[in-house]
Amino acid sequence: MGEKEMEHTVDRLNRPAYSIIVPTYNERLNVAIIVYLIFKHLPDTNFEIIIVDDGSPDGTQDIIKQLEQLYGEDRVLLRARPKKLGLGTAYLHGLKHATGDFVVIMDADLSHHPKYLPSFIRKQKETGADIVTGTRYVNNGGVHGWNLMRKLTSRGANVLAQTLLQPGASDLTGSFRLYKRSVLEDLISSCVSKGYVFQMEMIVRATRKNYHIEEVPITFVDRVFGISKLGGSEIVGYLKGLVYLLVTT
Amino acid sequence: MKHIFKIIAVLVAISAFWVALLETSTVPRSYTWLLPIYLVVALGCYGLFMVGFGLMFFPTCPQEAILLQQDIVEAKEFLAKKGVDVGSE
Repeated sequence: MGEKEMEHTVDRLNRPAYSIIVPTYNERLNVAIIVYLIFKHLPDTNFEIIIVDDGSPDGTQDIIKQLEQLYGEDRVLLRARPKKLGLGTAYLHGLKHATGDFVVIMDADLSHHPKYLPSFIRKQKETGADIVTGTRYVNNGGVHGWNLMRKLTSRGANVLAQTLLQPGASDLTGSFRLYKRSVLEDLISSCVSKGYVFQMEMIVRATRKNYHIEEVPITFVDRVFGISKLGGSEIVGYLKGLVYLLVTT
Repeated sequence: MKHIFKIIAVLVAISAFWVALLETSTVPRSYTWLLPIYLVVALGCYGLFMVGFGLMFFPTCPQEAILLQQDIVEAKEFLAKKGVDVGSE
Protein backbone atom coordinates (compact mmCIF):
# COMPACT_ATOMS: atom_id res chain seq x y z
CA MET A 1 0.00 0.00 0.00
CA GLY A 2 1.39 3.42 -0.97
CA GLU A 3 1.94 6.11 1.64
CA LYS A 4 -1.04 8.20 0.48
CA GLU A 5 -3.37 5.21 0.60
CA MET A 6 -2.18 4.34 4.09
CA GLU A 7 -2.81 7.92 5.22
CA HIS A 8 -6.33 7.78 3.83
CA THR A 9 -7.03 4.49 5.57
CA VAL A 10 -5.67 5.78 8.87
CA ASP A 11 -7.76 8.93 8.49
CA ARG A 12 -10.91 6.89 8.02
CA LEU A 13 -10.03 4.64 10.95
CA ASN A 14 -9.42 7.61 13.26
CA ARG A 15 -12.54 9.50 12.24
CA PRO A 16 -15.75 7.52 12.10
CA ALA A 17 -18.33 9.50 10.17
CA TYR A 18 -21.78 10.20 11.54
CA SER A 19 -24.90 10.74 9.46
CA ILE A 20 -27.62 12.57 11.35
CA ILE A 21 -31.04 11.99 9.80
CA VAL A 22 -33.68 14.55 10.71
CA PRO A 23 -37.17 14.04 9.29
CA THR A 24 -39.04 17.33 9.02
CA TYR A 25 -42.56 18.48 8.31
CA ASN A 26 -43.46 22.14 8.75
CA GLU A 27 -40.42 22.94 10.85
CA ARG A 28 -39.57 26.25 9.24
CA LEU A 29 -38.80 27.85 12.59
CA ASN A 30 -36.89 24.97 14.19
CA VAL A 31 -34.80 23.45 11.42
CA ALA A 32 -32.24 26.26 11.30
CA ILE A 33 -31.91 26.26 15.08
CA ILE A 34 -31.32 22.56 15.26
CA VAL A 35 -28.67 22.69 12.52
CA TYR A 36 -26.93 25.53 14.35
CA LEU A 37 -26.96 23.57 17.61
CA ILE A 38 -25.63 20.40 16.00
CA PHE A 39 -22.68 22.32 14.58
CA LYS A 40 -22.16 24.01 17.94
CA HIS A 41 -21.99 20.75 19.90
CA LEU A 42 -19.99 18.63 17.43
CA PRO A 43 -17.05 20.90 16.60
CA ASP A 44 -14.43 18.24 15.89
CA THR A 45 -16.57 15.49 14.46
CA ASN A 46 -16.92 14.21 10.93
CA PHE A 47 -20.67 14.39 10.36
CA GLU A 48 -23.37 15.24 7.88
CA ILE A 49 -26.98 16.24 8.49
CA ILE A 50 -29.53 14.68 6.16
CA ILE A 51 -32.86 16.46 6.34
CA VAL A 52 -35.73 14.47 4.93
CA ASP A 53 -38.53 16.93 4.37
CA ASP A 54 -41.91 15.60 3.33
CA GLY A 55 -42.99 18.45 1.11
CA SER A 56 -43.63 20.97 3.89
CA PRO A 57 -45.99 23.69 2.69
CA ASP A 58 -44.58 26.29 5.10
CA GLY A 59 -41.29 26.88 3.30
CA THR A 60 -39.07 24.59 5.39
CA GLN A 61 -37.14 23.58 2.30
CA ASP A 62 -36.22 27.20 1.50
CA ILE A 63 -34.66 27.51 4.93
CA ILE A 64 -32.80 24.22 4.47
CA LYS A 65 -31.39 25.45 1.17
CA GLN A 66 -30.11 28.58 2.92
CA LEU A 67 -28.49 26.33 5.52
CA GLU A 68 -26.88 24.29 2.75
CA GLN A 69 -25.32 27.50 1.46
CA LEU A 70 -24.16 28.57 4.89
CA TYR A 71 -22.67 25.31 6.12
CA GLY A 72 -21.81 23.59 2.87
CA GLU A 73 -23.69 21.07 0.81
CA ASP A 74 -21.43 18.32 2.06
CA ARG A 75 -22.47 18.92 5.68
CA VAL A 76 -26.17 19.81 5.30
CA LEU A 77 -28.11 17.75 2.79
CA LEU A 78 -31.71 18.33 1.82
CA ARG A 79 -33.22 15.10 0.58
CA ALA A 80 -36.88 15.92 0.17
CA ARG A 81 -39.91 13.81 -0.60
CA PRO A 82 -43.11 14.94 -2.29
CA LYS A 83 -45.46 14.44 0.64
CA LYS A 84 -45.88 12.93 4.10
CA LEU A 85 -44.86 9.31 3.67
CA GLY A 86 -44.17 8.08 7.19
CA LEU A 87 -41.25 7.88 9.57
CA GLY A 88 -39.83 4.47 8.69
CA THR A 89 -39.58 5.33 5.02
CA ALA A 90 -38.11 8.73 5.93
CA TYR A 91 -35.24 6.96 7.68
CA LEU A 92 -34.84 4.61 4.72
CA HIS A 93 -34.75 7.57 2.36
CA GLY A 94 -32.14 9.28 4.53
CA LEU A 95 -30.11 6.08 4.73
CA LYS A 96 -29.89 5.90 0.95
CA HIS A 97 -28.01 9.20 0.94
CA ALA A 98 -26.02 8.62 4.12
CA THR A 99 -22.30 7.97 3.91
CA GLY A 100 -21.55 7.67 7.63
CA ASP A 101 -20.47 4.61 9.59
CA PHE A 102 -23.05 5.54 12.21
CA VAL A 103 -26.51 6.98 11.84
CA VAL A 104 -28.20 9.23 14.39
CA ILE A 105 -31.92 9.77 14.24
CA MET A 106 -33.54 12.66 16.03
CA ASP A 107 -36.60 14.91 15.94
CA ALA A 108 -36.55 18.37 14.41
CA ASP A 109 -38.84 20.11 16.88
CA LEU A 110 -36.11 20.77 19.48
CA SER A 111 -37.51 18.20 21.92
CA HIS A 112 -34.20 16.39 21.28
CA HIS A 113 -31.30 18.67 22.10
CA PRO A 114 -28.11 18.26 20.05
CA LYS A 115 -26.03 18.84 23.17
CA TYR A 116 -26.45 15.14 23.94
CA LEU A 117 -24.85 14.05 20.67
CA PRO A 118 -21.33 13.92 22.18
CA SER A 119 -22.57 11.62 24.94
CA PHE A 120 -24.11 9.25 22.39
CA ILE A 121 -20.84 9.13 20.48
CA ARG A 122 -18.75 8.73 23.61
CA LYS A 123 -20.94 5.90 24.90
CA GLN A 124 -20.68 4.06 21.61
CA LYS A 125 -16.91 4.44 21.53
CA GLU A 126 -16.54 3.27 25.13
CA THR A 127 -18.74 0.20 24.81
CA GLY A 128 -18.67 -0.66 21.12
CA ALA A 129 -22.45 -0.78 21.25
CA ASP A 130 -24.56 -1.44 18.16
CA ILE A 131 -27.23 0.96 19.32
CA VAL A 132 -27.14 3.86 21.78
CA THR A 133 -30.61 5.01 22.72
CA GLY A 134 -31.55 8.11 24.66
CA THR A 135 -33.71 7.55 27.72
CA ARG A 136 -35.82 10.20 29.39
CA TYR A 137 -36.74 8.03 32.34
CA VAL A 138 -33.54 7.98 34.35
CA ASN A 139 -32.29 10.39 36.97
CA ASN A 140 -30.02 12.49 34.77
CA GLY A 141 -32.67 12.60 32.09
CA GLY A 142 -36.17 13.91 32.36
CA VAL A 143 -39.17 15.41 30.71
CA HIS A 144 -40.55 18.93 30.82
CA GLY A 145 -44.01 19.97 29.69
CA TRP A 146 -46.04 16.92 30.69
CA ASN A 147 -48.95 17.14 33.06
CA LEU A 148 -49.86 14.44 35.57
CA MET A 149 -52.16 12.54 33.21
CA ARG A 150 -49.49 12.40 30.55
CA LYS A 151 -46.89 11.16 33.04
CA LEU A 152 -49.34 8.57 34.30
CA THR A 153 -50.06 7.14 30.86
CA SER A 154 -46.37 7.19 30.04
CA ARG A 155 -45.45 5.36 33.22
CA GLY A 156 -48.32 2.87 32.90
CA ALA A 157 -47.43 2.15 29.30
CA ASN A 158 -43.82 1.66 30.25
CA VAL A 159 -44.53 -0.77 33.11
CA LEU A 160 -46.84 -2.77 30.85
CA ALA A 161 -44.30 -2.92 28.06
CA GLN A 162 -41.41 -3.82 30.36
CA THR A 163 -43.37 -6.64 31.99
CA LEU A 164 -44.76 -8.12 28.80
CA LEU A 165 -41.94 -7.58 26.36
CA GLN A 166 -38.65 -7.31 28.23
CA PRO A 167 -37.50 -4.92 25.54
CA GLY A 168 -33.94 -4.19 26.66
CA ALA A 169 -34.34 -0.43 27.00
CA SER A 170 -35.99 1.79 29.57
CA ASP A 171 -37.40 4.27 27.05
CA LEU A 172 -39.18 2.37 24.31
CA THR A 173 -40.91 5.09 22.36
CA GLY A 174 -37.95 7.44 22.27
CA SER A 175 -36.62 8.42 18.87
CA PHE A 176 -33.24 9.92 19.75
CA ARG A 177 -30.87 7.11 18.87
CA LEU A 178 -27.50 6.27 17.38
CA TYR A 179 -27.20 3.13 15.28
CA LYS A 180 -24.35 1.40 13.58
CA ARG A 181 -25.23 1.78 9.94
CA SER A 182 -25.54 -1.94 9.19
CA VAL A 183 -27.69 -2.46 12.28
CA LEU A 184 -30.11 0.25 11.23
CA GLU A 185 -30.38 -1.20 7.75
CA ASP A 186 -31.05 -4.65 9.17
CA LEU A 187 -33.69 -3.45 11.64
CA ILE A 188 -35.55 -1.14 9.30
CA SER A 189 -36.03 -3.94 6.82
CA SER A 190 -37.68 -6.08 9.51
CA CYS A 191 -39.96 -3.43 11.06
CA VAL A 192 -43.38 -2.62 9.65
CA SER A 193 -45.13 -0.53 12.30
CA LYS A 194 -45.91 3.18 12.11
CA GLY A 195 -45.27 6.11 14.41
CA TYR A 196 -44.06 5.52 17.92
CA VAL A 197 -44.83 1.77 17.71
CA PHE A 198 -42.19 1.74 15.00
CA GLN A 199 -39.62 3.03 17.51
CA MET A 200 -40.71 0.33 19.95
CA GLU A 201 -40.47 -2.35 17.30
CA MET A 202 -36.94 -1.26 16.39
CA ILE A 203 -35.66 -1.64 19.95
CA VAL A 204 -37.53 -4.88 20.68
CA ARG A 205 -36.30 -6.50 17.47
CA ALA A 206 -32.79 -5.30 18.26
CA THR A 207 -32.97 -7.01 21.65
CA ARG A 208 -34.34 -10.21 20.12
CA LYS A 209 -31.48 -10.21 17.62
CA ASN A 210 -29.01 -9.78 20.49
CA TYR A 211 -27.65 -6.45 19.37
CA HIS A 212 -25.62 -4.62 22.02
CA ILE A 213 -27.79 -1.74 23.25
CA GLU A 214 -26.60 1.03 25.58
CA GLU A 215 -28.52 3.98 27.01
CA VAL A 216 -27.63 7.59 27.75
CA PRO A 217 -29.79 10.03 29.72
CA ILE A 218 -31.46 12.76 27.71
CA THR A 219 -33.85 15.54 28.58
CA PHE A 220 -36.96 16.04 26.57
CA VAL A 221 -38.70 19.41 26.37
CA ASP A 222 -42.13 18.81 24.95
CA ARG A 223 -43.23 21.95 23.14
CA VAL A 224 -45.97 20.42 21.06
CA PHE A 225 -47.85 18.65 23.82
CA GLY A 226 -50.55 21.28 23.80
CA ILE A 227 -51.26 20.42 20.20
CA SER A 228 -51.11 16.65 20.19
CA LYS A 229 -53.18 15.22 22.97
CA LEU A 230 -52.98 11.65 24.15
CA GLY A 231 -56.50 10.37 23.62
CA GLY A 232 -58.31 7.07 23.78
CA SER A 233 -57.46 6.11 20.23
CA GLU A 234 -53.74 6.56 20.98
CA ILE A 235 -54.05 4.23 23.96
CA VAL A 236 -55.86 1.62 21.85
CA GLY A 237 -53.19 1.99 19.18
CA TYR A 238 -50.51 1.44 21.78
CA LEU A 239 -52.15 -1.70 23.14
CA LYS A 240 -52.55 -3.06 19.63
CA GLY A 241 -48.87 -2.35 19.07
CA LEU A 242 -47.94 -4.23 22.24
CA VAL A 243 -49.95 -7.27 21.18
CA TYR A 244 -48.41 -7.15 17.73
CA LEU A 245 -44.91 -7.06 19.23
CA LEU A 246 -45.73 -9.85 21.67
CA VAL A 247 -46.81 -12.11 18.88
CA THR A 248 -44.28 -11.29 16.18
CA THR A 249 -41.00 -10.77 18.04
CA MET B 1 -39.04 -18.10 19.64
CA LYS B 2 -41.69 -15.42 19.72
CA HIS B 3 -41.97 -13.73 23.08
CA ILE B 4 -45.59 -14.74 23.55
CA PHE B 5 -44.52 -18.39 23.52
CA LYS B 6 -42.11 -17.75 26.38
CA ILE B 7 -44.93 -16.18 28.38
CA ILE B 8 -47.26 -19.08 27.56
CA ALA B 9 -44.55 -21.54 28.59
CA VAL B 10 -44.22 -19.83 31.95
CA LEU B 11 -48.02 -19.86 32.41
CA VAL B 12 -48.16 -23.55 31.50
CA ALA B 13 -45.42 -24.33 34.01
CA ILE B 14 -47.24 -22.42 36.73
CA SER B 15 -50.51 -24.20 35.85
CA ALA B 16 -48.80 -27.59 35.97
CA PHE B 17 -47.38 -26.74 39.36
CA TRP B 18 -50.84 -25.66 40.55
CA VAL B 19 -52.50 -28.84 39.29
CA ALA B 20 -49.76 -30.92 40.96
CA LEU B 21 -50.45 -29.12 44.23
CA LEU B 22 -54.15 -29.87 43.87
CA GLU B 23 -53.50 -33.53 43.16
CA THR B 24 -51.03 -34.23 45.95
CA SER B 25 -52.92 -32.22 48.58
CA THR B 26 -49.78 -31.43 50.56
CA VAL B 27 -51.36 -28.00 50.89
CA PRO B 28 -55.08 -27.90 51.93
CA ARG B 29 -57.27 -27.93 48.78
CA SER B 30 -59.43 -24.95 49.64
CA TYR B 31 -56.31 -22.85 49.88
CA THR B 32 -54.83 -24.22 46.66
CA TRP B 33 -57.96 -23.36 44.67
CA LEU B 34 -57.48 -19.72 45.54
CA LEU B 35 -53.79 -19.55 44.60
CA PRO B 36 -54.35 -18.29 41.04
CA ILE B 37 -56.43 -15.43 42.40
CA TYR B 38 -53.68 -14.56 44.85
CA LEU B 39 -51.23 -14.56 41.97
CA VAL B 40 -53.34 -12.20 39.86
CA VAL B 41 -53.85 -9.88 42.83
CA ALA B 42 -50.14 -9.93 43.59
CA LEU B 43 -49.31 -9.09 39.98
CA GLY B 44 -51.83 -6.27 40.05
CA CYS B 45 -50.33 -4.86 43.24
CA TYR B 46 -46.85 -5.08 41.75
CA GLY B 47 -48.03 -3.22 38.66
CA LEU B 48 -49.76 -0.51 40.67
CA PHE B 49 -46.74 -0.10 42.89
CA MET B 50 -44.37 0.21 39.92
CA VAL B 51 -46.61 2.80 38.27
CA GLY B 52 -47.13 4.78 41.47
CA PHE B 53 -43.47 4.67 42.42
CA GLY B 54 -42.42 5.70 38.92
CA LEU B 55 -44.94 8.51 38.90
CA MET B 56 -43.72 9.83 42.25
CA PHE B 57 -40.12 9.93 41.11
CA PHE B 58 -40.76 10.85 37.48
CA PRO B 59 -37.65 12.74 36.40
CA THR B 60 -38.40 16.32 35.35
CA CYS B 61 -36.16 19.05 34.04
CA PRO B 62 -37.77 22.49 34.23
CA GLN B 63 -34.40 24.18 33.86
CA GLU B 64 -34.04 22.64 30.41
CA ALA B 65 -36.87 24.70 29.04
CA ILE B 66 -35.05 27.86 30.10
CA LEU B 67 -31.75 26.64 28.66
CA LEU B 68 -33.51 25.82 25.43
CA GLN B 69 -34.92 29.33 25.16
CA GLN B 70 -31.41 30.71 25.61
CA ASP B 71 -30.12 28.39 22.91
CA ILE B 72 -32.87 29.52 20.56
CA VAL B 73 -31.97 33.17 21.11
CA GLU B 74 -28.30 32.45 20.53
CA ALA B 75 -29.08 30.48 17.37
CA LYS B 76 -31.35 33.17 15.96
CA GLU B 77 -28.71 35.87 16.50
CA PHE B 78 -26.06 33.85 14.71
CA LEU B 79 -28.30 32.83 11.84
CA ALA B 80 -29.72 36.31 11.30
CA LYS B 81 -26.16 37.63 11.04
CA LYS B 82 -25.41 35.02 8.39
CA GLY B 83 -28.49 35.81 6.38
CA VAL B 84 -30.65 32.81 7.18
CA ASP B 85 -34.31 33.65 7.52
CA VAL B 86 -35.34 33.07 11.13
CA GLY B 87 -38.51 35.13 11.15
CA SER B 88 -40.92 34.48 13.99
CA GLU B 89 -44.48 33.21 13.88
